Amino acid sequence: MTSAAAPRTQPAPIQEARKIPFWKGDRLFRLLVAACALLVLVSLGGLVLTMAFGGSKAFSTFGPSFVIRNVWNPVTNEYGALAPVFGTIGSTLIAVLIGVPLAFGAAFWLTNIAPPMVAGVVGTAVQLLAAVPSIIFGMWGFFIVVPFMAQHVQPFFRHHFGHVPGIRWLVHGAPFGYGLLTGGIVLAVMITPFVTAVMRDVFAVMPPMLKESAYGLGATRWEVMRRVIVPWSRAGMIGGVVLGMGRALGETMAVTFVIGNANTIGWSLFAPRNTVASLVALEFPESAAGSLKLSSLLALGFILMLLSFTTLAIARWLLREKKA
Amino acid sequence: MSKTMGEGWRKDPRATQRLVMDRLATGMSFVATGILVLALASILWTLLWNGLAGLSIAALIHPMGPPGSNGGLANAILGSFIQTAVALILATPIGLGCGIYLSEFGSGSKFATAVRFVSDVLLSAPSILIGLFVYLVLVAPFGHFSGIAGSVALAILAVPIIVRTTEDMLRLVPVAMREAGSALGAAHWRVVLFLCLRSALPGVLTGILLALARVSGETAPLLFTSLGNQNWSFSLNKPMASLPIAIYQYAGASYDDWVRLAWTGALLVTLGVLSINIIVRFGFRSKQS
Repeated sequence: MTSAAAPRTQPAPIQEARKIPFWKGDRLFRLLVAACALLVLVSLGGLVLTMAFGGSKAFSTFGPSFVIRNVWNPVTNEYGALAPVFGTIGSTLIAVLIGVPLAFGAAFWLTNIAPPMVAGVVGTAVQLLAAVPSIIFGMWGFFIVVPFMAQHVQPFFRHHFGHVPGIRWLVHGAPFGYGLLTGGIVLAVMITPFVTAVMRDVFAVMPPMLKESAYGLGATRWEVMRRVIVPWSRAGMIGGVVLGMGRALGETMAVTFVIGNANTIGWSLFAPRNTVASLVALEFPESAAGSLKLSSLLALGFILMLLSFTTLAIARWLLREKKA
Repeated sequence: MSKTMGEGWRKDPRATQRLVMDRLATGMSFVATGILVLALASILWTLLWNGLAGLSIAALIHPMGPPGSNGGLANAILGSFIQTAVALILATPIGLGCGIYLSEFGSGSKFATAVRFVSDVLLSAPSILIGLFVYLVLVAPFGHFSGIAGSVALAILAVPIIVRTTEDMLRLVPVAMREAGSALGAAHWRVVLFLCLRSALPGVLTGILLALARVSGETAPLLFTSLGNQNWSFSLNKPMASLPIAIYQYAGASYDDWVRLAWTGALLVTLGVLSINIIVRFGFRSKQS
């Protein structure tokens, strides 16, 4: 045990190992990857700062009331955010109102009712379609939905509900086909595959034991859905919906083609409106550098960023809560 | 099911009500799925019908031109390829690095939590805002639109996707493999790069491909950065054409041949994006089984 050989041979390799500066490579590596991480952080920080800085001229000219001013007039150089913000929130709400029941129904059908083969095929198709670029939805809206709205839906509603007090104002307006409702419908079609996919995933991770016990007690499929699956996966479902909402809020291409691009506010679902993203997409190329209009557009971008980041933060928080 | 049981089931009014509710819900969910599938089928059908009508050799080899001049989309296709390739070249190292940081060094630190959150936010940030940001940083100071600005905008969109998948895939690498590497005397960076990253490679590649699919259809971030170009453009320092921008310009035009080209472009973009997604899906399936 205490022979002379052991202490002599043992320290030697250790010393040799210490000579190789492993830590140098490791420290450099750690620095490199941390720099990449920092870059991600900086890019969002830069996004927020440049938008705030670019919009500062508009905010200082019009004050905080920029947000609630209902005017967008490049001729008199007066700008306000109310109309595009109204259109953004309005079209998003319509999209959620139409899309969420569809997504919920489809996810319910796919996870609980459809034969596995069919569910696999339809589920895959829906997931694939969630990846289709948004400009495709915009084109489809422009060439298919807009004429359909103009020729069938709007005349129908005007004829049947045009004189009903209360609803009259909602269907008011010339049948152009463009408008808040059309934008909402196209957005709904765009976000529904996405929300369906999220809901399906949320339903799928539920332990089968819970469902089976409910079935074992004689519950119907709908009862299992309502009393077991939905309560269990509520946070995840809402998270998926809010995530879809975030997409709809910032969507540009699907909306620009169909919203009609008029900076107005009103009750009518059929009148042309505008959203922040489509207003920016349309007017930004026509604004001179350093002009008040450019600054107003950037201020609009800042508002959109606040809207969508708040939404996304809520969604992430809800989706995270369930995982833990 | 025996007959007596079935009758008993129906006699109880509450049971009938439950049954009706169930049937109703089933029917409604079927209708919802039907509406969804119909809408999506309508999109695909329109796309195929109109896109195939305009698909021709001329559309693929001629550059864009004035209406009626038998123009094509070749310069836009090439521009899209160049910009997405440059975007991926920029985004892949950063995304990998950030993903490695989060999975290897980032457990528990506040900085890593912040980076993860920010990356998740960027993942679904409105793409037009990215375009505005890059305009202010890379276009306005230089006074001209450029292909590289478009690439940077696309890269910012691609990075969070790569970060997410890299981190998730690295976390799946068994601890035993890391320990084996360390036990053999490999430095940490060698273990991460040559053992962990290598074994997670299929998953990481999936992330890069998904990022490619996502950015190749993006229009909004290119509007204010690479602007689009009617002619051949090879220089990253000049405005560059791209397929989504060409679609955007042509779809709203009142010339029939431009609209037809817009549909052809839309078909090409969708086919590209969908085929990448299908490849990824099949890759995953074969790996799992």
